Amino acid sequence: MNKLFFKIFTLTIGFSFLYFPILTLIAYSFNDNKRVMVWKGFSFRWYKELFQNEQILEAFYTSLKIASLSATFATIMGVMIGFSLTRISKIPARPFFIFLSSSPLVMPEIILGLSLLLFFISSNHIIGFPSSKGQLTVLISHITFSVAFVAVIIQSRLSSYDKNIEEAAQDLGTIPNMIFWKVTAPVILPAILSGWLLAFTLSLDDLVVASFTTGPGANTLPIVVFSKVRLGLSPEVNALSAIIMLIVILAAISIYLINRSNIKK
Amino acid sequence: MIKNLKKQNVWFVFTPYLWLVLFFFVPLALIFKISISVSEWGMPPYRDLFSFSENGLKINSTLGNYLFIFSDPFYIRSYLNSLSLAFTSTVLCLLIGYPIAFYVAKSKPSIRNILLIMLIIPFWSSFLLRVYAWKVLLQGSGIINSILIHIGLISEPISMLHNHYAVILGVVYTYLPFMILPLYGYLVKFDLNLIDASNDLGAKPLNTFVKVILPLSLPGIVAGSMLVFIPVVGEYIIPEMLGGSDKLYFGKIIWDEFFVNRDWPIASALAMSGIVILVFPIIIFQLMYAKYNFKNE
Repeated sequence: MNKLFFKIFTLTIGFSFLYFPILTLIAYSFNDNKRVMVWKGFSFRWYKELFQNEQILEAFYTSLKIASLSATFATIMGVMIGFSLTRISKIPARPFFIFLSSSPLVMPEIILGLSLLLFFISSNHIIGFPSSKGQLTVLISHITFSVAFVAVIIQSRLSSYDKNIEEAAQDLGTIPNMIFWKVTAPVILPAILSGWLLAFTLSLDDLVVASFTTGPGANTLPIVVFSKVRLGLSPEVNALSAIIMLIVILAAISIYLINRSNIKK
Repeated sequence: MIKNLKKQNVWFVFTPYLWLVLFFFVPLALIFKISISVSEWGMPPYRDLFSFSENGLKINSTLGNYLFIFSDPFYIRSYLNSLSLAFTSTVLCLLIGYPIAFYVAKSKPSIRNILLIMLIIPFWSSFLLRVYAWKVLLQGSGIINSILIHIGLISEPISMLHNHYAVILGVVYTYLPFMILPLYGYLVKFDLNLIDASNDLGAKPLNTFVKVILPLSLPGIVAGSMLVFIPVVGEYIIPEMLGGSDKLYFGKIIWDEFFVNRDWPIASALAMSGIVILVFPIIIFQLMYAKYNFKNE
């Protein structure tokens, strides 16, 4: 009995720690007062103001656009890396390629952002491209740091499944390109999806690299939110947090339900 | 398995590496170049490394930026602060996260899946907003102060923001899921019968933990610690939002040198030194750890 008590105690404290700040933020998003922490009454006032805030809406749209493009390109290249590292036995200088593909994982984002910004500035001086900093430069930067994460996911999936299936297909006379599309791709599809989702979240969440590489007309959501809360509190941001939490919780519950029905089948 | 690199496969194999060389390694080489350049007023604010004059090629390189950084305790202290922040918060995340991951992994499957979803939700939700939540909580008029006053522990609101304890709290809070999830991944595969076997053979609970459970979850501990330590070393957002001037961290110093002082060579030299001081030890550790695992297998 003592053991069970300790278990429930630990889990309660742990999950309260994880959820208390988020739930408080959601509760205060309904507070009808410009001073965030002084309760005046229940209202949807800040939600109304949030949906009238052009700057936030535009930034949200920009973020979604960059994140989905970045996730798509990063996934394509991540699959290429994962495939070349696990499937091509004669790739020359293999450790070198492993080093190439995994070093972005250990680079602090502040150094990544700084180096990319300086790179874009000098390449603009030398060859005139990119003509200005903006959505394109943010997109390139996001692809660059996401590729390595996707590659890790794909690689672990590819190395853990039985290569004999591919060899069997080859023995049966399937041409290599067909092997990839008909055999390998369906098997690693879950890894491709989770790689895409991870790259999408990484891009959506990034503040530091985007702050360095952004330009006029390319403010992403984290940049706008950060400028609002850097020095003080903002009731609109409380409302935004509540909406984002709601989306995440709904997504998590639907994934849970899908998983459960799959298991039952 | 593709045995030979066919011509049409060459682009397939090398495109992503070309991308990484162009947008990751060339930019790093560039900050190295700027870090040994001389500062100058103008745009860009540094002198070209090579210049041609009547006397031929002249190289304007200097180690002055590095000498400047390492002669000023201000910068050295910021590296040490970042290292100690990363170390402290990794240890705290491990101490808090391990029991949570353990009990979640050892729950009944039906409860376990719900708890797992509850662990993933904070992991998915916005990083910036979770830091902001603590800024709201720790305000002078915030809810924690109100509770403390209400129960009579303090009589006036105390200032809990803008110091390095708030930074540690923020880091532990935001990075805790990064520690718990890999730990959970290893603990859930763990066979409960091993614990029973160890108990039946007369081991005390502590012994079972140290000799059986801990070694088997070591890969999870290493993976989780890496996921916390590496990003926290360069963390900028949390010290900026919750921290004060009592301790300055490396990420914020680079940011300020670049955006506030506009001193590109010093910012680049700080970044290069940062790679040597903060990133190389991580790479060496990973290589050693990989070797150690290889030997044990």
